[in-house]
Amino acid sequence: MKVVHSWIRDLAALPDDVDAISFTLSDIGLAVESVDKVGATVAGVITARVIKTERHPDAAKVHRVFLDNGDGTEHHVWCGAFNMQPGDIIPWATPGTAMPDGRLIETKPIVGIPSEGMCCSARELGLGDDHGGILIMDPSTPIGIPYGQALGMAEEIVYDIDVLRNRPDAYGQVGVARDLAARFKVPFTLNNPILVVSGPSKSAPVEIVAGDRCARFTTIIISGIRIAPSPDWMVSRLAASSMRSINNVVDVSNYVMLETNQPNHAYDFATLGGGGFKIRLAADGETMITLDGVERALSTDDLLICDATDRPIGIAGIMGGQNTEISDSTNTIALETAWFEPVGIMQSVARLNLRTEASARNERGMDPFGIDQSIARFVELLRITCPDLVVHEGMVDARSSSIPTPTVIAVRPTRVSALLGASFTSEQIRSLIEPIGFACAVASESLSVTVPSWRPDCTLEIDIVEEVARHFGYDKLGKTVPKSTQPGGLSIVQQRRRRVREILLGLGFNEAMPHPFLTDGDLQNAGLSGEAVRLMNPLVVGDDVLRTSLRPGLLKAIAFNESHRRSGVSFFEVGHVYPTSTDVLPAEYESLGVVVAGAEAPAAVAVWRELAGSMGWGARLDQSNVPAGLHPTRSATLSVGKDAVGFVGEIHPDVLDAYNITQRVAVLELNLSRLLEVEPKVSQWKATSRYPSSDIDLAFTVPTSVTAEKIEKSLRQSAGALLVDLALFDVYRSKDSGDSRSLAFRLRLQAQDRTLTDADVAAVRDRCIAGANKLSAQLR
Amino acid sequence: MIAEITAARTAAEQSIAAASTLEELRVLDTDLLGKKSPLALLKTGLGKLSTVDEKKAAGQALNEAMLAVEEVLNARRALLGRAERDVQLAAEALDLTEHFNAPGRGKAHIVTQAWQRLEDVFVGLGFQVAEGPEVETDWYNFEALNMPPSHPARSMHDTFYVDHGQPGSTVLRTHTSPVQIRVMQNVAPPIYMIMPGRVFRNETTDATHLAVFHQIEGLVIDRGITLADLAGTIEAFTQAFFGPGFTSRLRPSYFPFTEPSAEFDIRTPKGDWLELGGCGMVHPNVLRAGGLDPEEWSGFAFGFGIDRMAKERHGVGDVREMYTNDIRFIEQF
Repeated sequence: MKVVHSWIRDLAALPDDVDAISFTLSDIGLAVESVDKVGATVAGVITARVIKTERHPDAAKVHRVFLDNGDGTEHHVWCGAFNMQPGDIIPWATPGTAMPDGRLIETKPIVGIPSEGMCCSARELGLGDDHGGILIMDPSTPIGIPYGQALGMAEEIVYDIDVLRNRPDAYGQVGVARDLAARFKVPFTLNNPILVVSGPSKSAPVEIVAGDRCARFTTIIISGIRIAPSPDWMVSRLAASSMRSINNVVDVSNYVMLETNQPNHAYDFATLGGGGFKIRLAADGETMITLDGVERALSTDDLLICDATDRPIGIAGIMGGQNTEISDSTNTIALETAWFEPVGIMQSVARLNLRTEASARNERGMDPFGIDQSIARFVELLRITCPDLVVHEGMVDARSSSIPTPTVIAVRPTRVSALLGASFTSEQIRSLIEPIGFACAVASESLSVTVPSWRPDCTLEIDIVEEVARHFGYDKLGKTVPKSTQPGGLSIVQQRRRRVREILLGLGFNEAMPHPFLTDGDLQNAGLSGEAVRLMNPLVVGDDVLRTSLRPGLLKAIAFNESHRRSGVSFFEVGHVYPTSTDVLPAEYESLGVVVAGAEAPAAVAVWRELAGSMGWGARLDQSNVPAGLHPTRSATLSVGKDAVGFVGEIHPDVLDAYNITQRVAVLELNLSRLLEVEPKVSQWKATSRYPSSDIDLAFTVPTSVTAEKIEKSLRQSAGALLVDLALFDVYRSKDSGDSRSLAFRLRLQAQDRTLTDADVAAVRDRCIAGANKLSAQLR
Repeated sequence: MIAEITAARTAAEQSIAAASTLEELRVLDTDLLGKKSPLALLKTGLGKLSTVDEKKAAGQALNEAMLAVEEVLNARRALLGRAERDVQLAAEALDLTEHFNAPGRGKAHIVTQAWQRLEDVFVGLGFQVAEGPEVETDWYNFEALNMPPSHPARSMHDTFYVDHGQPGSTVLRTHTSPVQIRVMQNVAPPIYMIMPGRVFRNETTDATHLAVFHQIEGLVIDRGITLADLAGTIEAFTQAFFGPGFTSRLRPSYFPFTEPSAEFDIRTPKGDWLELGGCGMVHPNVLRAGGLDPEEWSGFAFGFGIDRMAKERHGVGDVREMYTNDIRFIEQF
C-alpha cells in the first residue's frame, strides 16, 4: 500500500520529516518496505520555443535548432530529431544537466559549431516510452520555466507499507494519517464536507436479495457532469499510488477510495437498465464481461450487482462491468457505495483469481458507516472539474439485517498491565486509544471501549491490549527475563539421537538431507511398495508421493554424486517417513538411513554393530527374511521378537540399475523412533584377572548353511567360564571348497584365581572342537 | 703385587677405550670384571702375601682398580649408547608433509549444525526441546491456532494438502506451531520449550525460499508472563547466539495465534537491522485450545527459520544448494 507523504500531511499535522515518519510507521506496525520518490523531474531542463531550424551541408543526420528561453539570447542546439516546427515549445536540457540515464549534458561541437545542450524526448525525461521525436508541449506553455512545473508534475514521497491482515483501515491515507497523528500527538482532521443536495428528486432504487452478503448499498444520482481531465495535483497523487489518470469521474472515484479506503463505483445512469439495482448471487453457469474486457464464468457463491432488469453490471466488491462504464458522453452518474461481507469477497477473489484495489479493501472488511463521508468527499472533489454538477434528492440507503453493529469491549486495566508488564491506569489507556477512535467510558473496575466501525478486527479484550501496546510503544515496555523453574536440557531420546549422529560422523559418514517428496515410481524402482500417502496439490506435478523410506532419496544422492565423478560417497540421513495408516494421521516415524557406495554388505553390518554396541541395541540378523529391493543373498532383516527394526545388507542390482548407479551400495535402514526408546543396560564391572592368559586358535571348515554366528555361540558355550575373549579373525573360501568355507577363531582363556595348566587349555580345546563338530564343522 | 694391579688396571682401561660397540663392551664387562678377570684372579692371590700391611695395601689398591674400571666402562657405555641412538634417530627421519588424504570424520548437514547450536543456546537459557509430527491435522495446524476455516490468514500459508482422511483434514504442517498445542495438551505449565522441525510451504522455490525448510519455535507459559518477558527473552537469545554486541527490538505485527504480535529484528554491532522472526503473547483462544485457562496462565511464543541461520553463517548464495546432497557442498562445512 502506497502512503503518500503530502497526502497524509494534508490530513494530519505531521512533521515534514521523511525519516521520522518512516521510522514511526514501522514502530506502530505499518512496516515500511521502501521509501520512494515518484514524479521527480530532471533539474536543468526548461521550456524553450523553437525560433527556426536549419540543415547544415556537412552534417546529414542532425539539424540546427535555434531556441528562445526568454533570456533575450538565441541558443543553438544540434538535434537528431526533425519533428519540431518554428513556434513549438519543447523541453531543453541546458548544459550541465544530469539526465536520468546518467548522461551529463555538455556543450559539444559538431562540425566545429558548439551545441548548447539537448532537446529532449518524452522517454529521455522518464515520461513514458515515446522516443519517436522531441516532446512537443502545449502551445500556451510559458518559456524559461522548469518543464516539470509546465507539465504540472509534483514530486511525491511515497512510503510503501505492508498492511497487515488486522488493519483494514490502513489501506486508506486516512487510516494511516490517524494512526500516525496519535503517535506524534498532533491533530488529525477528517475531510468531512457537507453534502449539498440541490437537484430534483431522482433515485436509483435498490433491491438486496442476498442480504447476508450485502449489508448496505447506497445510491445517489449526480447530473450535470462534463467529462474532463483531472487537476494536476490529483493526477500526481494517483500516479504516486500507481494509478493512471483516466478522466475526472474515474479519477475522483479512485482518489476517494485511496483516501477514505471506501471503494465506490460510478455507473453511467443512462446505461443502467431500469434505472435501479438488484444485488443477488450469480446463477449457475452465468457469465459477465468485466471492465478489463474478460468474460468471467461465475459460480453460485459469487455476488452480483445487476441493474433493475436483472442484467449483471458488476461483480460485487471486485470489479464493474463494461456495459455501464463511464464514457466521454456521460452526463449523469449513479454513484454506488456499499458494504459487502468480507469472507464472501475473499472467496470470490480466490475463485476468480481476480484481485483489484477494491477487492483488496472489501475482503478485509470495510467501515459500513464511512460510506456517507466518502459520498460527500466524492461530490466535493468532482465539483472542482464540474462546477455545475447537481446532486439529486432521493439518495437510496438500502440495508440488510447483517449490517455490523458497534462492538463494545470491557477492558480491565489490571489485565492490560499484567500482560504488558507495565502498570496502566484507565486514564492512560484512554489517552492512548481514543486518538485512534476507540471511545472509552470508565466503569468501576474496567473500561467500556467502543470499537470504531473501521476496525472490525477488534472484538476481544486482547485486541485492545495490543492497541494499547502499539501506541505506548513496544520499546518502552522494557525487557525482563522470566525465571524458568525447570532445568533446560535435551530429552533422553534427543540426547541419544545426537549420539547416533556423532557415531556416524565419527565413522566418516556425511549427512544428507534429500527431499521428502518422491516422484511416482521412485519407491517401486527401489523395490518398495508403491502404497504411499500422496499430496493433493504438489508444487511440481508428479512430485506428490510422501516417502515411506529414506532409501530412494539416498540412492538419488549417490547417483547424483556418481554422475559428478564422485564415486564411493557414504551418507546417512535422519528423517521422517510417512507410511499409510487408517488412523487420524499417517504412521509417521523417524528413520535412519545409511548408504555406503562402492562397498559390500559387511560395511553396513559393521555400522550396525558399532551403533548397536554403543547404543545398547540388540537385534537378530535374519538372512532368511530379506526385504524386496535388497540383495537376496547379502541382506538381512534386523528383528526384535517378531518385529523388524531395520534392514542391513546391500542394494539389489536391479535397483542399482533403475537408479543408474554402477557401484555396489551397502545399506542400513533403522526405525529410529523405536530404537531411540531403548534403555541401554548399564555395563557392570567384571574384575580383571591378575593371572596369565592363554590363547587357542581354531580353524574350522564350515558348511555354507551354518552361520558364523552359530559356530561362535557354540564355541562360547563350550569354552565356558574361562573364556574372556572370542574373535573371528579369518574367513577363507578356496576355489575347491565347494559348499563350505574356513572360519578361524581366536579364543583367550584366563582364570580369576590361578594360572591355567596345559591340561585346562586342552580340555577347553577338546570341548570346543566337539561342539563345533555337532554343527558339521570340521577342524582343519 | 701393586705393580701387577696397576698393569691390569691400565690394560683394562685401554681395552675399554678401544671398544667401539656396545656389544664389545658387554664382552669386556665379563672379561674385565668377571670372576675370571685378571683383577679377580689377583684378588684370589691376596692370601699368599706375607704381611698384614701388604695385604691391606694390595686389597685397597685392588678395590680402587675395580671401581675405576667399572666407572670407565659405564662412561664408555653411555657414550657409545648415545652415539648408537643418534644413528638410529637419524636413520628414522620422516617427512611429515608426505600426507595422504585418509577418510576422516564426516560432516553434519549445515542445517543440523545450526539446529544444534540453536538448541544448545536455548537449553542454556532453561528451555527443553519438544517435537511433533510433520503431517498434521488441519485442527492442530490451523484451527487450534485461532485460524478457523475461512480465516483470512490461512491464505498466507501456502498449504500442502495430504490425501488422508476427509479431504482437507490433513496437511503438511506449515509451521512448527502445532507442536505448541500438543505440548500444552501434554505438559502441565510452567512450560519453557523450543520446538525445532521441518515445515512445508507450497510456494515456488528460489534463492531465498524453499518449499521444505526448518523452523524453530519457542513457547513459554507460566503465571504472570508479560510482553516485556518476551522482549527480554529475545534479547537474551540474541546476545547468547549472535554475540554480546548484538541487540534486538520488537515491532508490532500480526499473527492469528499471538496477540499482541511482533516482528523481532536483530541489530548488528555495525548498526544494521536484520528481520529475524515473528513472536507475540499467546492468544487466549490458543491457550484455550491447549486446555489452559487464559485468566490463570499467560505466555509468549516466537519462531524463525533455521535454514537462514545456516545460509547467513556460511555465506551460502542460494538456499537450494543446501539440499542438492552434492558431496562437494557437504564437505565444505
